[in-house]
Amino acid sequence: MLMRLISGDRPRSRILTLVLLAIFLGLLFAPFLFPGVRALETAARISIFILLAASYDLLLGYTGVVSFAHTMFFGMGAYGVGLASQHMGRGFGPLILGSLAAAVLAAALAFIIALFSLRVRAIFFAMITLAVASAVAVLVSQLSSITGGEDGFTFQIPRALGPANRMGEVMGVNITGKILNYYVVFFISLALFFVLLRIVNSPFGTVLKAIRENDFRAEAIGYRVVRYRTIATCISAAMAALAGSLFALWLRYVGPETTLSFEIMLDLLLMVVIGGMGTIWGAAIGATVMVLAQTYLQDLMGSAADATMAIPMLSRLLDPDRWLLWLGVLFILSVYFFPSGIVGRLRGGR
Amino acid sequence: MTDLLQTQDLTVRFGGHVAVDAVTCAFRAGELTAIVGPNGAGKTTYFNLISGQIPASSGTVRLMGEPIDRLSASERCRRGLGRAFQLTSLFPGLSVLENVRLAIQAHRPVRGSLFSMATSHEALTTEATSVLERVRLDNVRDQPVSELSHGNQRKLEVAMLIALDPKVYMFDEPTAGMSADEAPVVLDLIAELKADTDRTILLVEHKMDVIRTLADRIIVLHNGELVADGDPAEVMASDVVQEAYMGKGLSDV
Repeated sequence: MLMRLISGDRPRSRILTLVLLAIFLGLLFAPFLFPGVRALETAARISIFILLAASYDLLLGYTGVVSFAHTMFFGMGAYGVGLASQHMGRGFGPLILGSLAAAVLAAALAFIIALFSLRVRAIFFAMITLAVASAVAVLVSQLSSITGGEDGFTFQIPRALGPANRMGEVMGVNITGKILNYYVVFFISLALFFVLLRIVNSPFGTVLKAIRENDFRAEAIGYRVVRYRTIATCISAAMAALAGSLFALWLRYVGPETTLSFEIMLDLLLMVVIGGMGTIWGAAIGATVMVLAQTYLQDLMGSAADATMAIPMLSRLLDPDRWLLWLGVLFILSVYFFPSGIVGRLRGGR
Repeated sequence: MTDLLQTQDLTVRFGGHVAVDAVTCAFRAGELTAIVGPNGAGKTTYFNLISGQIPASSGTVRLMGEPIDRLSASERCRRGLGRAFQLTSLFPGLSVLENVRLAIQAHRPVRGSLFSMATSHEALTTEATSVLERVRLDNVRDQPVSELSHGNQRKLEVAMLIALDPKVYMFDEPTAGMSADEAPVVLDLIAELKADTDRTILLVEHKMDVIRTLADRIIVLHNGELVADGDPAEVMASDVVQEAYMGKGLSDV
């Protein structure tokens, strides 16, 4: 049963299994283990970014296609839910309709981009996605009457998922709609993560791996390489859009900063690389590490700076304002020491 | 006997250099044709033109009577043109079994390609294993290809072609770099394939003893031109072939 769920793709390392189990259990019981608004915020963000990073890994790690438009699809999902809820009123109908419509639209747009550029070289695809993503980001900030421009807009979600919905107490924790919302986000992310894991372990996924390894031979034994790459691009885009929908649902807000910015694109790239490309599991680890670092590195550095007050240079270096510097250092070190990512390292020291 | 594969005036130019020059030739079912010629004669290029790896400058390739010039390499393969490569070209990060399974899956689409587990298609695995048994690679089937010896990689190259189950087999020096005890496995296998009379086999080969035992017919390429075609013993004795090998007897090569 469990093997079927993870599609027979075992973590293949005891430490890796423990880490993954810890992430899974930590997220599953987050509202009870880590009380507080900020912790729940972080847990939801981790769940969503695991899905987003996994969908990006399908493209980057399994197909060898570099795309810079992944946040654009992520944003499409978010705006889809936002706009549907804004115009159709609060309710589950608009949420579902908005996310499905956005996912279909994202897949369609990905199809068009792929059609124009995947036939040519991979670098061309990267350039096109960069151009389209920038254009869309500008468009979204300009069309402020529809999208709220740079400010974005907030919208209402069903009352059942709001903080005002109180449903009693379990283990000393007040179960509110917010926690219910968290579980909606968590379980949908988890289910879609398993779907991605299944796709990469399917016959289709094996062909993707073959194309990544040697596209010339894949073509020579009769596979239409472009077609496989195109389908993978579309699936990846649709998954990213669904992740975006969840993110909007969680934040009850959409804006370019939270979904379309290029920084998120870079974070995503880092998550996949740090976790280990071409190993879906790596996305789970990469996303967790990145989100935790972004959220808590500043705190950690704050206390470290306080502790080293006596040492002049060090305490200045550890100032919380320098957290980006340290994140950069961490990234360089991790790429240097784990070129095949954390998962690759744990699996075979390769 | 019917012609499975024909090339007519097949030509390719690279700049001013004519690598394959108006080669017209037909390959019949149930026949093994050895393609010989000195290095740089255009043998591999001729293969590349037939299997669609490079486009021809002019001329036509017909597979079972149909022109296939406009088709991509993958479409040609799906129509029954199978090709093994001189420089091993495999999927190094995947296992031996996965490599062969991919070749089978290419011409026999599986149900639920997207949402079923690759390992759950047992018929595919069984068939792949039986192909591996034929080249004696079943004992390393779960190893990644990158860890195989050179000889075993060459065998896998042949296994991939057999797994495609094509109408036309194209072997490009299948035993190059194999040790003396490994080569017979591959050569016996090619001899076995010959017994199937609906297929045709094209074999680029340098080793004369191999050609003598396997070939029904020899064609000789020299500077891209077809200079001789016929019965092995006759062709090898002909002046034009002796000339092509720069005065050396073919039997000495």
